[in-house]
Amino acid sequence: MRPFRFERATDAQQAVALLGDAPDARYLGGGTNLVDLMRLGVETPGTLIDVTRLVGYDRIDEGDDGGLRIGAAVRNSDLAADPRVRERYPVLAEAVLHGASGQLRNLATVGGNLLQRTRCAYFTDVTKPCNKRALGTGCPAREGRHHNHAIFGHSEHCVATHPSDMAVALAALGATVHALGPAGARTIPIPGFYRLPEDAPHRDTLLEPGELITAVELGPPPGRQTRQRYRKVRERRSFAFALASVAAVLDLESSGTVSDVRIALGGVAHMPWRATRAEVALRGAPVTPERATEAAQAELEYAQPLRDNSYKVELAHNLIAATLMELAA
Amino acid sequence: MSKTVPVTLNVNGVEHHLEVEPRLLLVHALRDNLGLTGTHVGCDTSNCGACTIHMDGRAVKSCTVLAVQADGVALTTIEGLASENELHPLQEAFWNDHGLQCGYCTPGMIMAAAGLLAENPNPTEDEVRHGLEGNLCRCTGYHNIVKAVLDAAKAKGAAVGAPASGQPGVTA
Ligand SMILES: Cc1cc2nc3c(=O)[nH]c(=O)nc-3n(C[C@H](O)[C@H](O)[C@H](O)COP(=O)(O)OP(=O)(O)OC[C@H]3O[C@@H](n4cnc5c(N)ncnc54)[C@H](O)[C@@H]3O)c2cc1C
Ligand code: SF4
Ligand code: FES
Ligand code: FES
Repeated sequence: MRPFRFERATDAQQAVALLGDAPDARYLGGGTNLVDLMRLGVETPGTLIDVTRLVGYDRIDEGDDGGLRIGAAVRNSDLAADPRVRERYPVLAEAVLHGASGQLRNLATVGGNLLQRTRCAYFTDVTKPCNKRALGTGCPAREGRHHNHAIFGHSEHCVATHPSDMAVALAALGATVHALGPAGARTIPIPGFYRLPEDAPHRDTLLEPGELITAVELGPPPGRQTRQRYRKVRERRSFAFALASVAAVLDLESSGTVSDVRIALGGVAHMPWRATRAEVALRGAPVTPERATEAAQAELEYAQPLRDNSYKVELAHNLIAATLMELAA
Repeated sequence: MSKTVPVTLNVNGVEHHLEVEPRLLLVHALRDNLGLTGTHVGCDTSNCGACTIHMDGRAVKSCTVLAVQADGVALTTIEGLASENELHPLQEAFWNDHGLQCGYCTPGMIMAAAGLLAENPNPTEDEVRHGLEGNLCRCTGYHNIVKAVLDAAKAKGAAVGAPASGQPGVTA
């Protein structure tokens, strides 16, 4: 690993100022992704600024409306174990527990989880070209190994997926990211926080250089009639990234009619993919097997699989339909 | 060369003051600087779990943690698990149930299991399998490891009089 300087910030303003003084610096959360990438030579920061001990950022605070403000330094294990999260936003607890392993969740932070980098094998191999790692060098995955890459929203410059399970649930819940940068504080809703690769795949999100994630906010909890579920398909039963996953939040009237529904897919795009076409197809009538299939079809019709990943189209289709049927049952 | 920085590693109740390069990994600080070689390195990529130790009582993989990240944090390694003359119930159970063959994965397996039992003192078999998903073993096929963890949970429960039904597991 290349040598670097180590700083520890105790408040957010100080962290932002420290980074402003050192442009090749990076914030350090649990390090479960960044330290790995530094060992591989993919990341070579001159300075690390530890933001896990920012005072007050390891808490989950409750708003007057019952919503939650989750500090960026909250560990993934603590998030998944929080009784308020488990009761009001179970899809989030489920998604977090479907990611990595206990040891990693004990270290990983909310901010770091949101900003973890893709698992594309070319990205992590510095001997290979990769636009995300070195813009302008090309994208070997397009014609090479892309079994686990995107079927939605990819570009000729990058076909990678975002690996976070947590972010998929946050996209379905309509969470908001709070950030602090040299220009001040701002809020950005997920999934708009993430971006499609287009011609700038080196940028995963809308964050500007130097911006620190301070918190993630969840709006008022969905009503009693709301049902939530996270399902993930992987190559083995545990400890693997998603081939595809779905987070669904379904509001039903007492008659069974869908009053609202939010569906986000993981493992299929450069960002958590909101299946808005499926959502539109579902609103206003009860969920039946036919309508669940039609909704899935409405979304997957627009998929653009690569040579070797068309299996994901069927997989995502079945995941959406099965999850809807399970929630409506 | 980058500058060294002071860190305090509080390992198994003993404070060690070291000067380290920021890039030094915690597992190497433990093994090379402090001579605590019970913590193994199996993969170096956060996959195998051989390097599992506890930070503030919770299992983590020390091969992806910088020593500086552990500054001032209470650390426990496999060397700190047993009390004076007595094996920890997990060590006892791994011994009795043949929970190891070559033994390479064992320290990490036991530390991960100890973290699991701290959160969930009476896990089901499925919860044990799920809870140890971050630890790989090339030899045993896991059967005896899972048995050992379940037996240790029973033994511990008997020892401290824990209720028969534990908290609901947090597996998903
Ligand atoms: C073997 C293995 C298996 C895994 N399996 C899964 C899985 O199945 N599903 C899944 O979702 N994840 C999985 N992960 C990834 C894991 O969830 C991430 O590594 C973890 O969430 C990253 O969090 P961290 O705090 O350790 O981030 P770090 O590694 O510390 O940081 C990651 C990035 O975020 C930046 N950063 C950190 N905090 C902030 C902040 N507050 N503001 C701005 N920038 C910040 C860093 O600069 C860095 O670029 C796996 C990881 C490993 C090693
Ligand atoms: S898919 Fe993206 S991350 Fe993978 S090689 Fe292409 S540019 Fe790099
Ligand atoms: S050596 Fe740390 S996980 Fe394998
Ligand atoms: S006993 Fe040999 S690796 Fe587990």
